Amino acid sequence: MAALLSVNAVSKRFGGIVALDDVTLTVQEGEIYGLIGPNGAGKTTLFNCMTGLYGVSRGEIMLDGKPIHNRKPHLIVEQGFARTFQNIRLFANMTALENVLVGRHVRTRAGVFGAVLRDADTRAEEAASRERARALLDFVGLANKGRTLAGHLAYGEQRRLEIARALATEPRLLALDEPVAGMNPAERRQMAELFLRLRAQGVTLLLIEHDVKLVMGLCDRVAVLDYGRKIAEGTPGAVRSDPAVIAAYLGTEAAA
Amino acid sequence: MLEFLRRPRTRAQARAAIILLAVLLAVLPFLVEAGLSRSWVRVLDFALLYVILALGLNIVVGYAGLLDLGFVAFYALGAYLYAWLASPHFGLHLPFWAILPLGATLAGVFGVLLGAPTLRLRGDYLAIVTLGFGEIIRIFMNNLNAPVNITNGPQGINLIDPVTIAGISFGKTQQLFGITFSSAHFYYYLFLAFTLVTVFIAYRLQDSRIGRAWAAIREDEVAAAAMGINTRNIKLLAFAMGAVFGGVAGGLFAAFQGFISPESFTLWESILILCMIVLGGMGHIPGVILGAVLLTVLPEALRYLGDWQRAAVGEVVVDPGDLRMLLFGVALVLMMIYRPEGLIPSRQRKREFHAEDGVAAQEQASLYDSRA
Repeated sequence: MAALLSVNAVSKRFGGIVALDDVTLTVQEGEIYGLIGPNGAGKTTLFNCMTGLYGVSRGEIMLDGKPIHNRKPHLIVEQGFARTFQNIRLFANMTALENVLVGRHVRTRAGVFGAVLRDADTRAEEAASRERARALLDFVGLANKGRTLAGHLAYGEQRRLEIARALATEPRLLALDEPVAGMNPAERRQMAELFLRLRAQGVTLLLIEHDVKLVMGLCDRVAVLDYGRKIAEGTPGAVRSDPAVIAAYLGTEAAA
Repeated sequence: MLEFLRRPRTRAQARAAIILLAVLLAVLPFLVEAGLSRSWVRVLDFALLYVILALGLNIVVGYAGLLDLGFVAFYALGAYLYAWLASPHFGLHLPFWAILPLGATLAGVFGVLLGAPTLRLRGDYLAIVTLGFGEIIRIFMNNLNAPVNITNGPQGINLIDPVTIAGISFGKTQQLFGITFSSAHFYYYLFLAFTLVTVFIAYRLQDSRIGRAWAAIREDEVAAAAMGINTRNIKLLAFAMGAVFGGVAGGLFAAFQGFISPESFTLWESILILCMIVLGGMGHIPGVILGAVLLTVLPEALRYLGDWQRAAVGEVVVDPGDLRMLLFGVALVLMMIYRPEGLIPSRQRKREFHAEDGVAAQEQASLYDSRA
């Protein structure tokens, strides 16, 4: 397996605050990679640096051997790296289907003239986009919600719609920021099953998660962040018994 | 008027409705002239012109959610370009079909020039910068009469050529097929044709890949970028497309009036066009059309207030001009209190303002609170 994403010595500063300090990690093609750590450890900051919402202060991030740090978000999506948000950011007043269609934007070409003239190419592209979007809604279990406004979907459905929207961009690597936060155990199992189906389709997953049980059961490898530093990396079993990790989660006294 | 078109029960009913509307639009200027007066046909012409302007601004404000208070600048550019190329001012007399595309292009380019420095701005800040741009263009037009006389300053440019099609000058009253067409009648049909094309383009754009990208930016710009939309280009495209309609409307205005001066392109015009959109229903084409027609026709109708006062109490107590603006303002305030989504809002916008079930509304509020 080859390295799909490599983060090399990335640091991110906000004024005097060091949010990420010399973080290095590698995600292999085809794996489910977990990123865990206490609140404020810098997980989401790292996500934002990877997906172009933040620039990095130092270091480099490579996707499939090409640098993606400090690049515009849409260029990173175009290279095959999509994400979801911790605090769901759907287009609330657009329907579920339209949300997914927005994800198709980067893989389609129709411009103003195509839109106005609606020539054969544009019609074919639009029809293919709609078909694909419906298939994706079906894939995440929202087949009959296409015409519902995203803002009117139930919470768990919104989470799944965000995944469908991200999948519409045809990512090789999908980064999910706390995808099961606030879900009950049954919904969590459904999500875990969805992640496995995604992996089976050849999508590499990068997961920020607080639910240690889910991470341990699902991920091939895990990295632990604390105060912006990577304190451990490895298989879930190895990381769980790492004294530094126990110290970060439970305090030094428990680790001693 | 357009409401019944939206829910036709059968295909035949829809076709009947469209034919009825087409016939009505075709004979409307003659009905208005017979029922009211010829000056009302001119009001009708202006209503169509404002429909084009409002639909253009609607692309920027309604579709892409970029609050633009300088839209009149593009209207001015289109009008001045027409005046420069078809009047004795520079001695040029190009035909209108050659000038309008140039005006549209010039306005589109300026749309991008205005858009480029404002890309990082949102909401109030964007409004202030665009407002400044509108004023800059007007002040330029006001002062570019020395050392080289380009705009003829506050006096404006006079004797602009009327539109001529197939040897028929739209500037004077003529007999065609035994029917008397005044200048206002000719321009009504010309403007109607441009309005229909504008409506068509507006609908097609809305329901397209580009239209969805604009809507996504309006909803959440960060998420739109993270979903692969080149927000810079798509926003510039919105500014350019809106400006193109402004430029075309400006050219039509110059030909119709035969005279333009900077006074026609004040901030008030920008705000009026924005009011049309807000009043009718932002982002929703039938609403925007209704808003534009109402805000053009109502102020004219309220001119009769002076006559009514004289009839009622024998003298003019309040100047109809003042009363007109007062009623206009009261109407807008009432609208914003009781129907903030506009007269004919889109289904989605109506829901934004009146979330139907409490649970969905609560859930939405709690989920989107944390947005940056």
